[in-house]
Amino acid sequence: MRTKRLSQRREPTPSLPKTPTGIGGLDEITEGGIPKGRPTLVCGGTGCGKTLLSMEFLVRGAVEYGEPGVFMAFEETAEELTQNVRSLGFDLDQLIRRKKLAVDFVRVERSEIDETGEYDLEGLFVRLGHAISKIGAKRVVLDTIESLFSGLSDTAILRAELRRLFRWLKDKGVTAIVTGERGEAQLTRQGMEEYVSDCVILLDNRVVDQVTTRHLRIVKYRGTTHGTNEYPFLIDEDGISVLPITSLGLNHEAHNEHVPSGIPRLDTMLGGKGYYRASSVLVTGTAGTGKTSVAAHFARAACERGEKCLYFSFEESPAQLKRNMRSIGVDLEPWERKGLLRFHSMRSTLHGLETHLVKFHHLIREYEPRTLVFDPIDNLLHAGSKQDATSMVIRLIDFLKLQGITALMTNLTSGGLSKEETGMDISSLIDTWLFLRDIETDGERNRVIYILKSRGMAHSNQIREFLISDKGIDLQDVYLGAGGVLTGSARQSQEAREKAARLVRGQELEIKRRAAARRREALEANIAAMRKNFEAEEEEDQQLMQDELIREENQQRDREHLAAKRKADATGREPAPAKMGRRSK
Amino acid sequence: MKTPERKQSENEMQSVSGADVWKLRLYVAGQTPKSLTAFANLKKICEEHLAGRYIIEVIDLVQQPQLAAGDQIVAIPTLVRKLPEPLRRIVGDLSNTERTLVGLQLKPAGKD
Repeated sequence: MRTKRLSQRREPTPSLPKTPTGIGGLDEITEGGIPKGRPTLVCGGTGCGKTLLSMEFLVRGAVEYGEPGVFMAFEETAEELTQNVRSLGFDLDQLIRRKKLAVDFVRVERSEIDETGEYDLEGLFVRLGHAISKIGAKRVVLDTIESLFSGLSDTAILRAELRRLFRWLKDKGVTAIVTGERGEAQLTRQGMEEYVSDCVILLDNRVVDQVTTRHLRIVKYRGTTHGTNEYPFLIDEDGISVLPITSLGLNHEAHNEHVPSGIPRLDTMLGGKGYYRASSVLVTGTAGTGKTSVAAHFARAACERGEKCLYFSFEESPAQLKRNMRSIGVDLEPWERKGLLRFHSMRSTLHGLETHLVKFHHLIREYEPRTLVFDPIDNLLHAGSKQDATSMVIRLIDFLKLQGITALMTNLTSGGLSKEETGMDISSLIDTWLFLRDIETDGERNRVIYILKSRGMAHSNQIREFLISDKGIDLQDVYLGAGGVLTGSARQSQEAREKAARLVRGQELEIKRRAAARRREALEANIAAMRKNFEAEEEEDQQLMQDELIREENQQRDREHLAAKRKADATGREPAPAKMGRRSK
Repeated sequence: MKTPERKQSENEMQSVSGADVWKLRLYVAGQTPKSLTAFANLKKICEEHLAGRYIIEVIDLVQQPQLAAGDQIVAIPTLVRKLPEPLRRIVGDLSNTERTLVGLQLKPAGKD
């Protein structure tokens, strides 16, 4: 039973027939319109749009639903009404000529009237009945019937007659809107809500911090479900637009497609591919941390993909923004010329919140962007109370999700706020939340970025240093080590120190290596010398052994010779003596 | 109820001409008791205070509903003093003669 789009109009539910008002958004929160064939009370203070709402009800009925209507005005003449609604594009004269509309101005001037004796309001009935039958009206507006109470003094008669009038209207089967001025203790001054019991709509025009926001609330709608919240509404050149919270149910699709952030290293941090399509990305940070730069990269990346991007800027004019972004190497101008990028700069205080929301809706409908940037979203806080702004952003995010638009919002956090606070209480709605901050050390500030959360993707938990140069944004690893987390020149000097230390260590090693080599050389030289010594001795030994052998042989020969001389019968030589033991030096 | 012209058409009860003619118009919606009472009361007052110089026009809105808007009729019965100027409206069945006379400015209001 939930509608998905604002523009979609619902069929009346069979249980309780409803008449569509044709007013943008109102049919949605009433789930089909106001009770068919019954009177509805629209009450509110001065200037809250009762007359316009009821007139639009008639005009839309006549133009879009083929239901002629009677406007019984107690406060304004037909001419005044015609003029007043001309600014909304309603041509009453033409509708009257085509017998689609009848306007009857009822003037009840107390100074001209004396009352004596009994009377009733049959004259009013006659006039209304005549007007209805003249054009075959299906819709009736009585604006503001309570004026009768100021013109006629016998309230007992008036009350009885009004009761009769509403019954009479029901009998006629016309769908009526009765307007009433807001009273002190009750909804209307004269307690009209007692008579009109089926549907009561309350309009309200509140000024909070010098900004006006109109609200509409359905106080009562017998026999049907309806939205119970206060809905901001707006009167603009297209009439009234009521802005229901689009997601009465959370039923938007989930996209698996990814949208690059425009900063490659950031994409890596976000699971490698960037944000999800139709997700909402919040970039928070203190002043001067580069939120707009992140937004500009995102916008440029969208344009480079050929997707339309709508850029809402609440602080800078388009020219200023483009100049500033050009200084960091992001040239948005060509994309704007190509029609892929559109800027919309406005002061948030220019309008009330509801006007902003409607403007957003209008622009989004008209331009149909795939990506959207709000820079900064918290500026809308100035356009209304925090609560209103939050509810507006909620509705906006829901709307964007339904439209499949990827939105990047920046949000300025003040130093006093803890980092998890957005100042708008919208963090729970955010799919990807980037946090930018600066770290102040050693007399300098350095920007860092980290991902506070990113739904549905494995994302990095690391803090990265966020560098903005004339070539755009670059993310650097921060120094992580014994010195703690260091960024900026502290990181650089730490790195330099480490490099120097490495160098020194390298040199020491080299020295040691050389010393070892020298020692080895010395050792080898020693070994060689020893070997030479040894060889020399060995040679000597062999020489000695040789000499010994020769001497042995000589002795043998001498002995044999001697034996022979003595004619000894020795048969042979004596075996040679055992080999000599090794001689010691 | 001693009105000689009673049998005439409802819209033109009397034809009198003259400079200070009172032109009165009584709006009713059908022959309701209140309408009849109002007419009777009006007739009586006129005879007493404006004999011979008044015209009473009775308009039945049931028959001529389109005439209601012209004189800004809301309540029934309503007596409209078209002449003399300024225009005066008296709603009710005119049962309070004093107030009717004050309303028609035939008699100054009590405190005057």
